[in-house]
Amino acid sequence: MTHLIDVENLRVTFPTRSGTFEAVRGISFTLGKERLGIVGESGSGKSMTGRALLRLIRPPGQITADRMEMHGQDLLNASEKRMRQVRGRQMSMIMQDPKFSLNPVMTVGQQMIEALRTHEKVSKSRAGERALEMLDEVAIRNPERVLTLYPHEVSGGMGQRIMIAMMLLPKPEILIADEPTSALDVSVQLQVLDIMDKLVKERGMGLIFISHDLNLVAKFCDRIAVMYAGRIVETCKASELGRAKHPYTLGLLNAVPDLEHPRARLDVLKRDPAWREAPSVSARQ
Amino acid sequence: MNAIEARGVDVYFGSGAELTRAVNDVSFEVAQGESFGLVGESGSGKSTILRVIAGLVPGWTGEITVAGESLQDEKRSRAFHKKVQMVFQDPYASLHPRQTVDRVLSEAMELQGITDINRRITRLLNDVGLGAGFRFRYPHQLSGGQRQRVAIARALAPEPEILLLDEPTSALDVSVQAEILNLLADLRSELGLTYVMVSHDLGVVGHLCGRAAVMKDGEFVEVLGIDAMRRLDVTQPYTRHLLESSIRSIR
Repeated sequence: MTHLIDVENLRVTFPTRSGTFEAVRGISFTLGKERLGIVGESGSGKSMTGRALLRLIRPPGQITADRMEMHGQDLLNASEKRMRQVRGRQMSMIMQDPKFSLNPVMTVGQQMIEALRTHEKVSKSRAGERALEMLDEVAIRNPERVLTLYPHEVSGGMGQRIMIAMMLLPKPEILIADEPTSALDVSVQLQVLDIMDKLVKERGMGLIFISHDLNLVAKFCDRIAVMYAGRIVETCKASELGRAKHPYTLGLLNAVPDLEHPRARLDVLKRDPAWREAPSVSARQ
Repeated sequence: MNAIEARGVDVYFGSGAELTRAVNDVSFEVAQGESFGLVGESGSGKSTILRVIAGLVPGWTGEITVAGESLQDEKRSRAFHKKVQMVFQDPYASLHPRQTVDRVLSEAMELQGITDINRRITRLLNDVGLGAGFRFRYPHQLSGGQRQRVAIARALAPEPEILLLDEPTSALDVSVQAEILNLLADLRSELGLTYVMVSHDLGVVGHLCGRAAVMKDGEFVEVLGIDAMRRLDVTQPYTRHLLESSIRSIR
């Protein structure tokens, strides 16, 4: 079986005055038509992994890998022109905060139509209709009106749904969601996740879900890879998270305050220097 | 004695057709030494209430008494700021980027006429678990969790009785959040502080507060104890909805 994404020994490095800094230190994983969650704290390299797949790391940052393929096609040495076709059309990314990732001086409709027409030969009016249908799919009421609004005129939850609609419009096969809901309220969070989940399932897409919230990832993904200091320290099926063994994974699970099970003190992670040095666990399947 | 008493507080923003009622006839009291939570979705007015108390919102109406002092408009006496301090949501935005930790903390104390600043800074930094080694660092040399510790130390510098906490951990990772929540719980029991905390995370409020008000569209939907929240012993459908979505999201 060919994987949607096949990555081996991926590294992302940044040169600094005091030597090179490795943000991602040799991780391997594959993605099929499934939902893979990548979890870790800030600075663990999870977002860099997502960006590296789309080659969105700017120089002087460098991406190296033994293999980084999509459908068996090399992404690592693909031309910039080819990458522009890949981005959005085959692999799309939903960013964390709609406030910063939507274009503030274009209406929602203009930017959605632009996103679609970049990748497909469709007339403006047809693109407009498709945008309308898509907004309807992400449960936006009154989509005709929303198309004419500017990003500052919509709420955070609606902005994020617009992002999802825009990213799914060219029908990509792979969706990378980088903390898609951490800027949103709890009640809106679930709604946005449900919508994303439904669309990913219906279309048989591959999803990489990047988050710092282990419980949330466990709920929405099939497989989980836990990252620490640029490496994968543990990987497991989401349903088997309860049997996770790595002290870092357990630490993350126990650090969350839980309304139903109150504790006098929350467990604090005691970071073991050995975790950094342990070789990366492969998340290939 | 109550640390905070609020009666019929209204806040309007804008004017004419744009007039919005951000807070609508809100009344509550917070006992001395209590930890009171305000929960609700964004836009429900919970942060606005904190900002009214701190004197950051013009043109509110109603009555608020804080530690026996009746509040008017935006004016706050220097003595008020000695008693009440606020910790803001985003430690990346709330610290001056070109001032060292030492400068931030000593300014807060100088304003209150506190002497022996030197010795106190060392103690403050120890209290928030940073240690004296952080004294001459700039904010960009600190992680998010360390910055929030500095922001808490800054709030504690005038030795206040009441801390207003506006989503103090929502910009932080879960592991760092646990450290900050533990720190806040320890400080409260050591110093006998009163907390008013705003959060959209019911787990966080449940951990730190004894009682909480649920807000929607600028109004108090319900004020209830955390134990009642745990038992889902609520009277309002909105509270139930909020609790259920929170519980469902972590399961």
